[in-house]
Amino acid sequence: MATTDLRTGSLELHGLSDEQLRDMFRNMLLQRQLDNRGFQLNRQGKVPFALGSEGHEALQAGAAMAFHRGHDILAPYYRDLGLCLGIGLSPFEIMLSIFARAEDHNGGRQFPNHYSSKAAGLMSFSSILAAHLPHAVGAAYSIKYRGETGRAVLATCGDGTTSEGEWHESMNFAAVHKLPFVMLVENNEWAISTPLDKQMAQPEIWKRAAGYGMPGRRFNGFDPIQTYAAVKEAMDRARTGGGPTLVEGTCYRYLAHSTDDNDLTYRTREVVQERRKDDPVPAFEALLLERGIVTAGGVAAMRQDVLRETNEATDAAEALPYPEPADLYKHVYEGAWEPWQS
Amino acid sequence: MAVVSSTNSTVMNNVEAVRATLYEAMKNDERTVILGEDVGARGNVFLITKDFIGEFGERRVIDTPIAEASIVGIAVGMAMEGLRPIAEIQFADFIYPSFNQIVGEAAKIRYRSNGEYTCPLVIRTPYGGGVRGALSHSVSIEALFYHVPGLKIVAPSFPDDVKGLLNAAIDDPDPVLFLEHKKTYRLIKGEVPRGHYTIPLGKANVRKAGTQLTVVSYGLYLHWALEAAERLAEEGLSVEVIDLRSIRPMDKTAILNSVEKTRKLLIIHEDNKFGGIGAEISAMVAEEALFSLDSPIRRLCGPDVPSMGYAMPLEEEFMSSPAEMADAMRAMVKF
Repeated sequence: MATTDLRTGSLELHGLSDEQLRDMFRNMLLQRQLDNRGFQLNRQGKVPFALGSEGHEALQAGAAMAFHRGHDILAPYYRDLGLCLGIGLSPFEIMLSIFARAEDHNGGRQFPNHYSSKAAGLMSFSSILAAHLPHAVGAAYSIKYRGETGRAVLATCGDGTTSEGEWHESMNFAAVHKLPFVMLVENNEWAISTPLDKQMAQPEIWKRAAGYGMPGRRFNGFDPIQTYAAVKEAMDRARTGGGPTLVEGTCYRYLAHSTDDNDLTYRTREVVQERRKDDPVPAFEALLLERGIVTAGGVAAMRQDVLRETNEATDAAEALPYPEPADLYKHVYEGAWEPWQS
Repeated sequence: MAVVSSTNSTVMNNVEAVRATLYEAMKNDERTVILGEDVGARGNVFLITKDFIGEFGERRVIDTPIAEASIVGIAVGMAMEGLRPIAEIQFADFIYPSFNQIVGEAAKIRYRSNGEYTCPLVIRTPYGGGVRGALSHSVSIEALFYHVPGLKIVAPSFPDDVKGLLNAAIDDPDPVLFLEHKKTYRLIKGEVPRGHYTIPLGKANVRKAGTQLTVVSYGLYLHWALEAAERLAEEGLSVEVIDLRSIRPMDKTAILNSVEKTRKLLIIHEDNKFGGIGAEISAMVAEEALFSLDSPIRRLCGPDVPSMGYAMPLEEEFMSSPAEMADAMRAMVKF
């Protein structure tokens, strides 16, 4: 797939409407605003931890547009704010997670960014990388087992996760059984502090697809339209019995791994600033302006609206209570429980 | 496959009881799938699922690649999305690669999603020694997992319990680790009631009533403990033998009721002693019934070595025996 230069290249919209393009852009703005809010709340001492996805906005907005709500299943990892927003989670739900409130889907148990929502088709996952991928494959098996068409599982991970054994096991099983499964790798070049060249000798992850006997594709993850096209093609194939695909989107992690990480211990500020020149958010804004899909006034209004929505979600979630101490003991098993039976 | 002994029950060995129960589950619930290494064409290494693939098809009897972490992990995903998987780890010794999927994932799905997702999953695995299984086909693994909230662990010893407890495990809405002592597979036969029935998880069973000593055991050693208790009966000594059946949850009431009566407790298990199941039972009885005891609690367990060896003396030295158990019981009764 050719990579489009957002500013100068010819623009193939892959069937995306102006409204969908604006939705993707709004999602990108919202991601960045919510990311910043998490870090701000952490620096204000209001929450102990936050984790950002800056640099992944275009990739996630594009991929989410290829997800069919009410049909597909998403098995994401912890740097997927935009994907989760894009499949239907609200900023309020994101803030419930950040503030660890009782009303959060996880009841305030999990770290922020470890979203789950059965209603949205968003599978629960842990911080242990690649452990969610066999789950995604099992879910895909369930879909195929029941003979359900028009459904597929979109699983995601970073480049770091592709070193895990369970990444391999999942890819292999999905290929053997031709499951409705799409492995989307968000290659941001960093496994916390470990760069690509220390992770793998052959840095084009998509090429591994050939080893599993499935199609593989790489695309520019700074381009939401290319992302949409690649993920849509893979999801459509999966939904129609064509089996799994490995898609790799290249992007960059602009922030430290989390609020607990100091990335200046392993990379320079200059390197990150250089990569900021490719920042997908202003690039996509420029494209939409140039093509007349948004106006400058429209973008300003959108930014205002995103800020308002973020503020309202922040205030609403912050005002809600934590879980009760007694909630610690719930949902260990079905029903009340003691390890000693009497 | 089985000898008909009466209209209401059948005589089976343990392996036949597992097989018959799995067959029934596959027949009764279309959501049930079996996955593991060599469970299909090979019919499992102990022939437990022999011919299943022909009857239920390869879509329901899944020969997996040799990849234990994903055998369990894929089963977790199936369970989260509406199937009722029964995963098999070919030998308990091979369960270590799937440790995270069991402890870090399956056991926490319900908890971490605040009850939105559940994981109704059975993981079956043959364990235990005395079969010349060497370092990697002999181990007991229960103590590694019984520390983990969110898991249930069952270790039946008789065919009727195998059926009732496996049915209960399959029906259970949470992940269950189902341990089958491989030495008992063909060694132990018994009457198994016909028709569908369950035995609740967490209920022990007094297999032999007695008054002078309580013995708690499970697995192969439960059978040897019963044999030893019979020897003592011939000497006029009365030993009560409790078959634990479930390791998590564990039946506190059955143990305490017995200890209150006999005032002495001996715990026997094949798994090594340090940090084993016996440690938890000892602590519980010390907390709940110390002043009912007339002697110190004793544990007769496997030695503190990584595993039994392949060479006969290295296996025999590891394994206890009915005679050794009888000696331990005698000493406690006479204490």
